[in-house]
Amino acid sequence: MQLPIVVQNLSKFYSKKEAVKNISFKINKNEIVGLLGPNGCGKTTTIAMMLGLLKPSNGKVFIDGEDIEKKRISLLHKMNFISPYIELPKKLTVRENLIVYGKLYGVKEIYKRINYLSDKLRLREILNNKTGELSSGQKNRVSLAKALINDPKILFLDEPTASLDPETGDFVRSFIEKISKEKNMSILLASHNMDEVKRLCKQVLMMKDGSLIDQGTPEDLIIRHGKENLEEVFLKLNRS
Amino acid sequence: MSFNRIYGLFLRHFFLIKSSLPRILDLIYWPTIQIILWGFISLFFSTYSDYYNNTLGVILTCAILYDFLFRSSISFNMLFLEEIWSRNFTNLFIAPMKISEIIISLVLTALIRTLIGLIPAILITSPLFGISILNLGFPLFFLFLSLYIFGITLGLFVSSGLLRYGPAFENIAWSSLFLLAPLGCIYYPIEILPGFLQELARVLPLVYIFEEARSILVNQIVDYSNIKNAFMLNLIYLFIGVILFYYSFSQARKKGSLINIGE
Repeated sequence: MQLPIVVQNLSKFYSKKEAVKNISFKINKNEIVGLLGPNGCGKTTTIAMMLGLLKPSNGKVFIDGEDIEKKRISLLHKMNFISPYIELPKKLTVRENLIVYGKLYGVKEIYKRINYLSDKLRLREILNNKTGELSSGQKNRVSLAKALINDPKILFLDEPTASLDPETGDFVRSFIEKISKEKNMSILLASHNMDEVKRLCKQVLMMKDGSLIDQGTPEDLIIRHGKENLEEVFLKLNRS
Repeated sequence: MSFNRIYGLFLRHFFLIKSSLPRILDLIYWPTIQIILWGFISLFFSTYSDYYNNTLGVILTCAILYDFLFRSSISFNMLFLEEIWSRNFTNLFIAPMKISEIIISLVLTALIRTLIGLIPAILITSPLFGISILNLGFPLFFLFLSLYIFGITLGLFVSSGLLRYGPAFENIAWSSLFLLAPLGCIYYPIEILPGFLQELARVLPLVYIFEEARSILVNQIVDYSNIKNAFMLNLIYLFIGVILFYYSFSQARKKGSLINIGE
């Protein structure tokens, strides 16, 4: 059986900078993997290459055994992405945005899918509201609905709970936990929230200056580095 | 009053301008283009004051045709800019959309946007000025089609720049049409331009389109060779525009501008 995600010797060089240096990892079916590292360490660049947004300088990304550079469009049907740095059109209502993305992803029963996601993500009352008029928590849930509109097998989450209040953050974490089990999803989660990573992720990849400097289960990493928690491991690795 | 705060806000804009060649060019561009365009128009009317016996009709018809070109190009660019302004750009490019699908979708949407703007303008010229663009007859269809193809071709050129260079290219989107206005010979015949500019103007489909419009309105002669020349040039530019768009997408994927499109 093909693994959902295989990254082999992936690198990205810009003219003056090596953003990602020869990293390799795999993600299994029904596995949430955390991607940790300080700002500018190459997390977003790595995700962008996995999504086909950025052409690698070297190395390959295989999604379900197929090279993203060769089968970008067909593989994008299986994936989706959420990031606090990208938004949905503000002047469109939540329903209109979900219809648009349903069409772009070729979702067959769009309205049924929107109803399903509205129930799961508590969107029913805001479906006819303009997306730009929503609170951060509501926008986050709408982005999550957009990211799930195509029922993806693979989900990339870039800081999915950044700037959310504790209640909404917990709701989103619980939802990710639940949906990944229900749908056997493979998820790559980039986050600065160590508790979130410890709670959700079976495996953690630690990045620094574009390189993968350590990996393992959260518990393994804590024991191996002789620390109390994942945050201390993070600090130790980045200050070394 | 704090000089530091005033200076601070000045620096915010100064830093932005000095780091962006497109912004500097934009500052120089508008006054230059305005002077060139109105210079040629003034020269034409002072030299050939009896050229048109239906000045208002010719000028207004050419203005509507030019506006159709302007709207179709700007509509195409606006659709692209809206995605940048709303920070939706990345979402679009991680959706499984082929470049050809993006281009066709923008072309069709731009046509609807253009018609929404143009139809009321056409309708009010008749009651207000007693002029109808429909006087151009059947060739009007070819003139509109030719202008539309050139408009979306310019849209493709500008969108390629936006893809590759981001919003710094935005000002070019607004000003590209005005660069072509003096060379396009919209309000005057090509002979009014200096020799070297005439050579340059002849490689633009606009010259043939507006020459044809004037030929019909002033002389009541339909010259299909003008329409044929315009279409041939249009097809060449459209082909280059599509290739450039694909190339810019490929470059944007290499340089990373699809993920960090911003100021």
